[in-house]
Amino acid sequence: MARAVTPRRKALNTVVAWVIGLIIFFPIMWIFILSFKTEGSAILPPLDVLRSSWTFENYGVVQDRSDYFKYFGNSVVLAFGSTLLGLIIAVPAAWAMAFVPSRRTKDILMWMLSTKMLPAVGVLYPIYLLFIKLGILDSRIGLTIVLMLINLPIIIWMLYTYFREIPGEILEAARMDGANLREEVLYVLTPMAIPGIASTVLLNVILAWNEAFWTLNLTAANAAPLTAFIASYSSPEGLFYAKLSAASVMAIAPILIMGWFSQKQLVRGLTFGAVK
Amino acid sequence: MATQHSRSAARLMIAPAVTLLLGWMLIPLSMTLFFSFKKYLPMRGDSLENGLDWVGFENYARFVTSSSFWPAVQATLIIVGGVLVVTVILGVILALLLDQEMWGQGIVRILVIAPFFVMPTVSALLWKNMFMDPINGFFAHILKAVGLQPIAFLSQHSLGALVTIVSWQWLPFATLILLTATQSLDREQLEAAEMDGARWQSRFIYIMLPHLARAITVVILIQTIFLLGIFAEILVTTQGSFGTKTLTYLIFQRVLESQNVGLGSAGGVYAIILANIVAIFLMRIVGKNLDA
Repeated sequence: MARAVTPRRKALNTVVAWVIGLIIFFPIMWIFILSFKTEGSAILPPLDVLRSSWTFENYGVVQDRSDYFKYFGNSVVLAFGSTLLGLIIAVPAAWAMAFVPSRRTKDILMWMLSTKMLPAVGVLYPIYLLFIKLGILDSRIGLTIVLMLINLPIIIWMLYTYFREIPGEILEAARMDGANLREEVLYVLTPMAIPGIASTVLLNVILAWNEAFWTLNLTAANAAPLTAFIASYSSPEGLFYAKLSAASVMAIAPILIMGWFSQKQLVRGLTFGAVK
Repeated sequence: MATQHSRSAARLMIAPAVTLLLGWMLIPLSMTLFFSFKKYLPMRGDSLENGLDWVGFENYARFVTSSSFWPAVQATLIIVGGVLVVTVILGVILALLLDQEMWGQGIVRILVIAPFFVMPTVSALLWKNMFMDPINGFFAHILKAVGLQPIAFLSQHSLGALVTIVSWQWLPFATLILLTATQSLDREQLEAAEMDGARWQSRFIYIMLPHLARAITVVILIQTIFLLGIFAEILVTTQGSFGTKTLTYLIFQRVLESQNVGLGSAGGVYAIILANIVAIFLMRIVGKNLDA
């Protein structure tokens, strides 16, 4: 039930909120603008930047000079690969804990969460060493496994909270109506579980896409995703604002769009149900 | 309704996840613990195959007595503390604002949360180059336009600059969680208070803040865990110079750059203990909610 507010109050809220929103969003807006400028005009004072002519050339140049889509492809493989691998392991686990809870379910969930708290830098060298010994340093498979493992607790937790919302009575009703286990899973549970699984996938693709500790430390030329590619711009020579902007826009655009769809899941996924 | 049969099936379904996470935790952890008691300098010929010298707690002592330790503690505290203060205060304000009636609320919310989805290397570089660069950066142009000297933010005010960058990344998270909590507030209680003549300050202090307390705690704990580990932002901006070497970055340098694995591992154990102290408080809150 909304409180009645005066139109003046509403107008004031609107103006203040929009100004703050645009300030926060401005850096992203600005690199979007710079990405359509020439290198020469990208470093001009802001008003001159806006007045200068527009160009699409940066987007082409980034690909030609640096093989951009190789890195983009690595990001896609790592983000989706680790999420799907995680799902295969997490769905049965979350399912079992939600529908056949035991005395230890809570402890297991809490322990899984605690593995997420392990600081990455504390185990950097062991992982680095194991990767060398196994010959998977700078490989997509090695990094996919690591990204899967660091996000597995979040995947299990999210799925668990979604599955737990599926009422058990529905299963009993289906059973009374003569559904066997296969039909029960296929026609009753799966359709109800799909929204939760989809949200989980969305959030974890975002987290894996943006992960920037392991991707920076365990990759070089072969398996480097966009996080590492962009980092290589930190000490460039010559003019590069426009190209860096174009590369950045391409790196964040897909995730920005996915992120906007996953606002609600973000809270659930990152607070482990502690905030509702 | 859970039968013996379904129980063992359930155990089988949970087993792969538990095994993997157990391995992921125990194997590297025990290796770090092992290395932390050894002299291990791979670049000087030490290797696992030839055996490593046991040095007891020497690495632990050297890590905390080295000249970079206290500055690193200080940098870590300033960055984590600074970001927490900025994001929680602005987050509460933004959450209360976004909860108000307005036109285009959905779009404003999208604008506000956008920075959270920008990968750390992009946000660090865009602030470093396009905004904080003392020659061509946005701020330099603005300062010059009003007749002031441009500032080299990342070398002169390095910690402030990093707090700004990281706060920009985490403000959306704080806002979104606090907004979720705000929306679950009992409106009738607020209206009753308003009717009884409570001014907005007292409504905020006696009704809103207590209601948000739990969400604020959760924001602080979760952010602390993530902020203790920030890495990419430092790597691509200052690489630990100008007093921005945090504990995480110091350990990274010990382990991978100077390849003093024993010393770095001792640092890693400290970091793990520190993170666990924060985690215990977070887990208590999460655990309580699981029972409810």
